[in-house]
Amino acid sequence: MAPQSVSEVVAVLSEHGDRAKLLAGGTDIIVQLREGLREADMVVDIKKIDAVTSFKYCDENGLSLGAAVACYNLYEHPQLSKLYGALADSTHIIGGWQIQSRASVGGNLCNASPAADSIPALIALNATAVIAGPSGERSVAVEDFCTGPGRNVLENGEFLVSLQIPAQGGNCGSAYERFIPRNEMDIAVVGAGSWVKLADDGTIAEAKIGLGAVAATPLVAEAAAASLIGKEPTEENFAAAGELAKQIATPISDMRGTDEYRMHLVGVLVKRTLTTAVERAQSS
Amino acid sequence: MTSTQYRVIGSRPVRHDGADKVTGKAIYTADTKLPGMLAGFVLRSPHAHAKIVSIDTSEAETTPGVHAVVTGKDFPNVENKMADLGEGSVNLAYLSSNCMAQQKVLYRGHAVAAVAATDVHIAEAAAKKIKVEYEVLDSVTWVLDAMKEDAPLLHADLVTDSMGDKAENPSNIPVHLHFEKGDAGKAFEEADVIVEREFKTATVHQGYIEPHAVVADYNEDGRLKIWTATQGSFTARQQTAEVLQIPLGNVLVTPCEIGGGFGGKITVYLEPTAAILSKKSGRPVRITMTRADVFEASGPTPGSFMRVKIGAKNDGTMIAGEAWLAYDAGAYPGGMIGPGCMCVFSCYDIEHAVVDGYDVCLNKPKTSAYRAPGATQVAFATEQLVDELAAKLGMCELEIRQKNAVKEGSRRVDGPVYPPIGLEECLQAVQNSDHWNTPLEGPNRGRGIAAGFWFGCGLKSSAACTVNSDGTINLLEGSTDIGGSRTSIAMQLAEVLGLEADDINPMVGDTDTAGYTDVTGGSRVTFATGMAAYEAGRDLQQQMKTLAADLWDCSADEITVGEDGSFTGGDKTVGFKELATELFQAGEHLVGRATVSPECPTNGFGAQIADIEVDPETGKVTVLRYTTIQDAGKAIHPSYVEGQLQGGTVQGIGWALNEEYFYKADDTMANASFLDYRMPTMLDVPMIDTIIVETGNPDHPYGVRGVGETPIVPPPAALANAIFNATNTRMTELPMSPPKLWKAMQSNQTSE
Repeated sequence: MAPQSVSEVVAVLSEHGDRAKLLAGGTDIIVQLREGLREADMVVDIKKIDAVTSFKYCDENGLSLGAAVACYNLYEHPQLSKLYGALADSTHIIGGWQIQSRASVGGNLCNASPAADSIPALIALNATAVIAGPSGERSVAVEDFCTGPGRNVLENGEFLVSLQIPAQGGNCGSAYERFIPRNEMDIAVVGAGSWVKLADDGTIAEAKIGLGAVAATPLVAEAAAASLIGKEPTEENFAAAGELAKQIATPISDMRGTDEYRMHLVGVLVKRTLTTAVERAQSS
Repeated sequence: MTSTQYRVIGSRPVRHDGADKVTGKAIYTADTKLPGMLAGFVLRSPHAHAKIVSIDTSEAETTPGVHAVVTGKDFPNVENKMADLGEGSVNLAYLSSNCMAQQKVLYRGHAVAAVAATDVHIAEAAAKKIKVEYEVLDSVTWVLDAMKEDAPLLHADLVTDSMGDKAENPSNIPVHLHFEKGDAGKAFEEADVIVEREFKTATVHQGYIEPHAVVADYNEDGRLKIWTATQGSFTARQQTAEVLQIPLGNVLVTPCEIGGGFGGKITVYLEPTAAILSKKSGRPVRITMTRADVFEASGPTPGSFMRVKIGAKNDGTMIAGEAWLAYDAGAYPGGMIGPGCMCVFSCYDIEHAVVDGYDVCLNKPKTSAYRAPGATQVAFATEQLVDELAAKLGMCELEIRQKNAVKEGSRRVDGPVYPPIGLEECLQAVQNSDHWNTPLEGPNRGRGIAAGFWFGCGLKSSAACTVNSDGTINLLEGSTDIGGSRTSIAMQLAEVLGLEADDINPMVGDTDTAGYTDVTGGSRVTFATGMAAYEAGRDLQQQMKTLAADLWDCSADEITVGEDGSFTGGDKTVGFKELATELFQAGEHLVGRATVSPECPTNGFGAQIADIEVDPETGKVTVLRYTTIQDAGKAIHPSYVEGQLQGGTVQGIGWALNEEYFYKADDTMANASFLDYRMPTMLDVPMIDTIIVETGNPDHPYGVRGVGETPIVPPPAALANAIFNATNTRMTELPMSPPKLWKAMQSNQTSE
């Protein structure tokens, strides 16, 4: 079915509980249903709802991004792709072109894969999830949204309506990078998103770092980011932040890489994304 | 060899099947639909090794929509029966129980039962209601572990055959091969420099894009019709008939268009099962594998352990070689160890050598051929040691290869003496190439080279050509077309008759219409079936001479056939089409035919150059530039030869850098999907430059050598040599994936 309003969706979800599954781009849910990883009696298409399919930016409130907005809208947008470099980076590498023209950032978040590419970027950009439910609307920071592999904070009857991402000043920059053994069509072995705001003297005024594929949920590397405040943006300082970021990672060994290798990559990718984020901040 | 100017050979006409393929009209097996057709689903073992205690199919059989259920007990008992399948004899019990398990399952994915129902979802749901009670057994997936005396035994009755001598006690080693020439022990004592290393390679899959599929229709009269994705319709027919114990002539196999095979679509997997389901249900049955089924239950190619040693004199002459090779056979005997042994020193004229090889059963799917089966592994070992020898001797890596390259008269370790071959010419092409002569600059970059060899076989082929009233030709042959062979065969017929490629309409026949033809494999089709087409053309010309003699009132001896295919008798010269039309109008119509079975190998040699860059922080390898050089003898259709060179090279690059069967602690495969079994995508390889060398094969009318397989042989070695030159780290294990290369670089730095 395809409800026309947020309240209709909430009503359907409240009635059917987890036997109803939402369809935005469908690039995860259709595959999961087909492979028997999830089951459903009903699939609810939310793409008839304006609040879910639209996005707008203003200098005061930043970006309001409907949960079903497909990836390509972000990296193809001349202004947004510059303002939100990390988000453009990540949406550009989720699947191939076909996937990117369907798959949404909101869906990538709700799917709650530890290796999701958009989530470390959203964390770094300080994004907030706007959730509608039976008792009205609530907001949750993206870093608190995932609770485990494939699990999130959404309660019965709730769904993600949009993401709110703070406005970006002229001295901000962000970047996302993942490591994969090939050059496309792959799942992150490790992913890192970094955001920085530079002070007038060129030192780092604020920073935030998100990590993917190194724990059961995407992580926020607080100590690593804090270590940069007031510092010069040098490779040494970035490397030091990378070392601190490693301390919160608890990666596993599997066919995509060993725990030792993933730990090493955290340092490499934090350093690399910080470097790009600062370059972007300096040129913005 | 020859300066003959050809009209058609060497040109690049559009392939006959091109339009159908690019417009989606070509019919593949999964496109085949018959009235009343059922869908089959195969229930597979979740365990790597287990005894089947019992199977209860009652619930599945009573599920609405289900028409038939099959288990091992529905298969004829073929214990201790041997069958000659054209490429050596096969124990039918192994072939049969690989299609459907009998008392034991030997790998995860091993078929244990199958259901046919009105649709695949019903079949799948019903199959999941089949209760299989397993007694899980210890399993083994590493070749050296499987060779140990206390290893879990896969086959209680299997004893080692060591060059004809049978061992007393059962083991997982069906075959021990031993080859020797000269006195290697003494030669090593006389060597000035010796290099020796151990190497490991992972199990890899052919990765054809089309999963295995079959449609079977068992008639009331005992006639069985099969449509299938196969590299050889005649071997599919024979295997199916043998497993089902029905007369060969009762089986008709129609080979559909095929989405890649690379050696992996020779063995039957689904055909007997679909046939029995069809017989039981009285309806046609189609079964298709999922990608996970393809990885878990169809032939990968062997993982291996190798210890190789080479000794040389100070002047660079290699004088001694020694190799100890253990290859996965998979669940049943019959892996690729034979060609591994024959290929380990096949590129170098080493006077004294000894090779031991072991075929080893373990709890992986039965291995299959994969492009030059068994040769890529040993090239990974030998070609790295050759580089190391060169370094120790202060020689250039190309120079040492040129100095020791096999040539006409060199004897391989397994006995054969080479006829004229083209390795020296390929190495010369390396030396002359723009790639070799362009310096590689920049940090973390390296260049590597490697040589490679594959036998290329002849085997049996047939061709028949029916001449139409306008002088065009319908060519019927039996080689399933994987790489453009319809066109390369038709071009040889066109050349001999003086026609254009599009005057020939080639068709791949089924087993009832085409003359017997062995598999599309062994790099043989353009060589052998092309030769059959050439001979069929000669047969036509002979018939036409006789008939024209009547028409022209002269004797057949007085008529000659020119290079351009024209017929001259007296003062009269007419072209093929003209004479064919004239004969047709005079009441004569023509069918030419030929069967050939050349026994000589075509000996395809090649060499490759790889430039790479390593990310020192992550160990990720980027291939910057790649050149593949190969002796094609004579390239009939150069675009398809280039395609074979590029395709084989890319598969070799995948084998080198990322592809592997990744096993979990319970010996089941963790990455049975294209997401985590990482074949290269188009963004992972540069344009593969090609150089075709043509030395001419004296055993073929146009000088053709097989080209399909050799290109996969050098890449892992060439890339390993390039990685060494970039990082000073010697990689002895495949794949050289980022985690492994990073780790090796770390250890290397620590040890330095």
